[in-house]
Order: sequence, then structure tokens, then C-alpha cells
Amino acid sequence: MREVSPAQQAEPSSWTLSLRRLIQRTLPLTHLLPDRQPVFVGSWVYIFGVVSIAGLIWVVASGVVLALFGPQWWHQSGVGRFVNSLHLWSVQVFFVFMVLHLWGQYFMAGWRDGRAKTWMVGVVIFAFSIVTAFTGFISQQNFDGQWIAVNAKDATNAAGIGSFFNVLNFGQMYGLHIVLLPMLVGTLVGVHVLLVRIKGVVRPIEKKQPAQPAGEKSAS
Amino acid sequence: MDDPQDRYYAGIRMIRFDLVKEFVLALLAVSIVVIGLAGVFSSPDDPAVTIQTWATKDPVDFVTTATSELAYQSGTAQYGPPYTNTAGAGQAVGPIAPQSWAGVGNPIDTAKDFVLQPLGYAAVGNPTLTKALQTYTAASSDQQQTWLTNYTNALADATVTNDEVTVASGDYGPVPDLMTGMLGLARTGALDGLLLNSGNLYQTDFTKPLLFMGDGSYLSGLAADQHLTGDQWGMMNETGQYPGQTWLWLFSFWYQFAPFNGPATIMGQTIDWSANTDLIVIMLMIILTALLAFVPFTPILRDIPRWVPVYRVIWRRYYRGR
Repeated sequence: MREVSPAQQAEPSSWTLSLRRLIQRTLPLTHLLPDRQPVFVGSWVYIFGVVSIAGLIWVVASGVVLALFGPQWWHQSGVGRFVNSLHLWSVQVFFVFMVLHLWGQYFMAGWRDGRAKTWMVGVVIFAFSIVTAFTGFISQQNFDGQWIAVNAKDATNAAGIGSFFNVLNFGQMYGLHIVLLPMLVGTLVGVHVLLVRIKGVVRPIEKKQPAQPAGEKSAS
Repeated sequence: MDDPQDRYYAGIRMIRFDLVKEFVLALLAVSIVVIGLAGVFSSPDDPAVTIQTWATKDPVDFVTTATSELAYQSGTAQYGPPYTNTAGAGQAVGPIAPQSWAGVGNPIDTAKDFVLQPLGYAAVGNPTLTKALQTYTAASSDQQQTWLTNYTNALADATVTNDEVTVASGDYGPVPDLMTGMLGLARTGALDGLLLNSGNLYQTDFTKPLLFMGDGSYLSGLAADQHLTGDQWGMMNETGQYPGQTWLWLFSFWYQFAPFNGPATIMGQTIDWSANTDLIVIMLMIILTALLAFVPFTPILRDIPRWVPVYRVIWRRYYRGR
């Protein structure tokens, strides 16, 4: 059995404790769930991000129900059609507010003071959300999905990805749409929110401050 | 003041803020909007087009397409990678040719896969079709081509009589019998299933029937009626009056004007990118997406927010209060 010195007893060390200390240092609960914010957070622009997440929750919840009953269900059942309608409109809400959030953050230069990573993860979320929605439209199993697949194959083939990302293969598109891509988007949204909470919201632009990522003013 | 956020917000007044309450209220508001929109507007669901529908509604287009598949003259037959090895096919921008680099990953033999193989199943117990298939496959390639060219030309003036596609008399060999067999097979719905046949009971890959339907003009005609084609901003439209993938507006934008969709005269030079539009647009969108991601590091783009003071409006109460 390894001997533990009195100093080590006072300040124990292990991988678990190191990880716990890192989390406590990087994202204390007061930052994860803050009850105070700077006064400028009163602007309506800050609503867009949280509404996007609320939209995403509806997208995922309605998508889970659609997946549970299978791809044919919503074509044959009134309840299924309604759940599909919830899915369609929540996707629209999600995208509208995500774009508003993106433009809002752009004009606030939200990447300043060490927040470039947060901005870049946000752009990746936007890009993968588009791919996720695209595979969803293809998976509709109706005329719209059929035509989108026939039309879109020229773009994927021209990019050289047509034989392993085959938009005419319903099984592949459906699998990507209900499992892999939502997991990716969900994970990235989680990372994005954590980065926002770790750094805190960016300060308003001051006249003499350049609109660029300045690491020296980083909040962490 | 050990907390880095406290240091960052030094000099700024902090106010009470209930994050959880804000989230719950947002979720409630979105729930009302989404349930309301779904209840009032529902969602579109126009049925998919089957080969059976196509052959019934537009038999001349069906037979013309099937003949072009047999003659290796259809869009799919001439497509290039990933379906065929057609020389010179495949989009490229200078030396950048990902379509050719990827190769033929999903090979399609249009005559065999779309026509001869399905007819082989249909010929069982059908002496006329069996004889027509034997005559066609036994003929030389030149003879086959002569029959197909003659028949294709005659189809331009084809009429539909008693549900049969009729053309003027000519040297067509067994091709009319083959096409009568194809039409009959399609109208029963059997061709929809036969094009999915891969030897497995379970099937989810619709590459062959969709490519076959895409080669005809019936499907694209229906899409044009619904404003779904590429030159109608179709990528962002849905059937009916519903919003589709509106976020693809920029992707769709490039397809609407020359030189992307046809010849344009620019500074005395005629430029036409239409043969490689898809690749050009994809490259453009990749560059623009990368630019968006790297805005924080890109001069001018990262400075615009300071020059266009929208931020003065966003934080107006904060600036007023100072």
C-alpha cells in the first residue's frame, strides 16, 4: 500500500479531483446558472438564442414521436400528421430565431474578448442544422421529398460525395436524420451554451475598442 | 475579486436575472406558436409519384424514357460518376474534379437494370415478350442502335390509342414489343418493385426507380407546376404554399442568373458556367461558410459591426444610462 504524506493528506490529488477542480474553476455553478447578469442583457436580442433552443426542443420532441411510430405513420394517421406539423413548424421557428441570433451576434461582434470559439461553434451548428433539415426533407416519403432527392443528387455527385452520401437512398438519409445528425447538433448546442456560460456575455462595443477577438480581455 | 467574470464586468451594474424562468417562458411561448401553427396550417403531404402513375398518366413520356434507357441515351446513361463511366462527363472547375476523383461508386447499366432485367421477369409465360427479348439480345449492336434510333424518332409523333402507344410503321425490330411489355409492367405497378430488387427482402435504397423517373419529363413537369425546380428557387420551396428550406436562399440564389445558368457576356467575353454550376455553387458556399466561421479573424468583416452601428440600437438603454 502506498504511503500518503501529511501534505498529500491535506491536499489530496487524483485524476478525479483534478477534473473536479478544473470544472469548478472553469464553470462554477454560479456561472452555469447565474442569478445576476450585467444590465445590458436587458435587450431583446438576447431572447433569440434561448428561443432557438426552445424551438430545438420541440424539433427533437416531435421528431422522437415520429421516429417512435415509424416513417409511414404520419401519412396514414391524423395524429401522426399533426405531430409532423409540429415538427415542420418547430423547425421553421428554430431556423428563424437561429438566423436572428446569428445576425444579432454579428452586429454585436459577439466574438470579442476571447469568444471566437463560441462564434465558430455557432456557425458549425448552423451548417449542420442545414444538413440535418435537408436529410429530413428528403425523408418525408412524399412528392416533395422525392423531388428534392432527384434534384439534389446533382450537387452531391458534383461534390464527389454522391456514392457514400446517397440522397436517393432513403434508409441512409433517414438514419442520418433521426440519429447521427441530431446527436451532433445537440452536442454542439450543448458545447455552445457551455462556452457562453463559461465566458459570460460579451460587453457592449466601446468606441475605442477594436471589433476583434482580443484574448487579453478574456473572462477566463 | 477572483472571479474572472467579475473582473470582466467591472464597472457595469449587475441586475437580478432568472435564467430558468426566462427559459421556461421562452419554451411556453414557442409551444403556443408551434402548436398554433401546426393546428391552423397543418403540413403538406402530396403523395410520391410512382412509376405506375407515370406510365398511366403519360405513357408516351414513359416509353420515350424507357427507350432512351435501352439506347444508353438517357440522362442517367450519360451521367458519368457515380453511375457510369461516360467519357468527359462529370463537373469540373479547372483541375478540381471531385466527381471524377470519386469514381463510379454506384454503377448503373441503364439498359440492363431499367429495361432488360425487369422484362426478363415479365417474359416468363409470355411468348411474345420472350421472343422479342431473344431477338433483341441476339442482334448486333449496330442493328439494336438502328431499331432504337428509328423508334425514338417515331415516338416524337406517337399517339395513345386504347391505352397503347402507337407510332407510324417503320423498321423497329422487336423494340415496340419490348416497350409494350415495359408499359404493361409499369401500369400494374410491378416495375416499381422490380427496380428495387436487390436480392434482399428488405429494401430502403430507391436509387434506381428515382433515377429512372428523373430521366423522364413527367416528374420534372410536376415539380415545375409546384415551383420546385432549381431555376424557380425550388430548393427553398415546398409543395403548396408552405415554407420549405428557406435557409437555402443563398444556395438557390446562384442558380437564378447567368453565367451560372446560361451564357452571359461579361466585358465582351461569353461566359457559361451552366455545365458545372453545381460544383461552382458548392465551392462558393463552402468558401462563404468558412468566411462566416472565420469572421472573428477576418479584417473588414469583423470591423463592419463597428462601422454599421446596429449595436447602438441593441444596447441603446445601456449607452443612454451611462
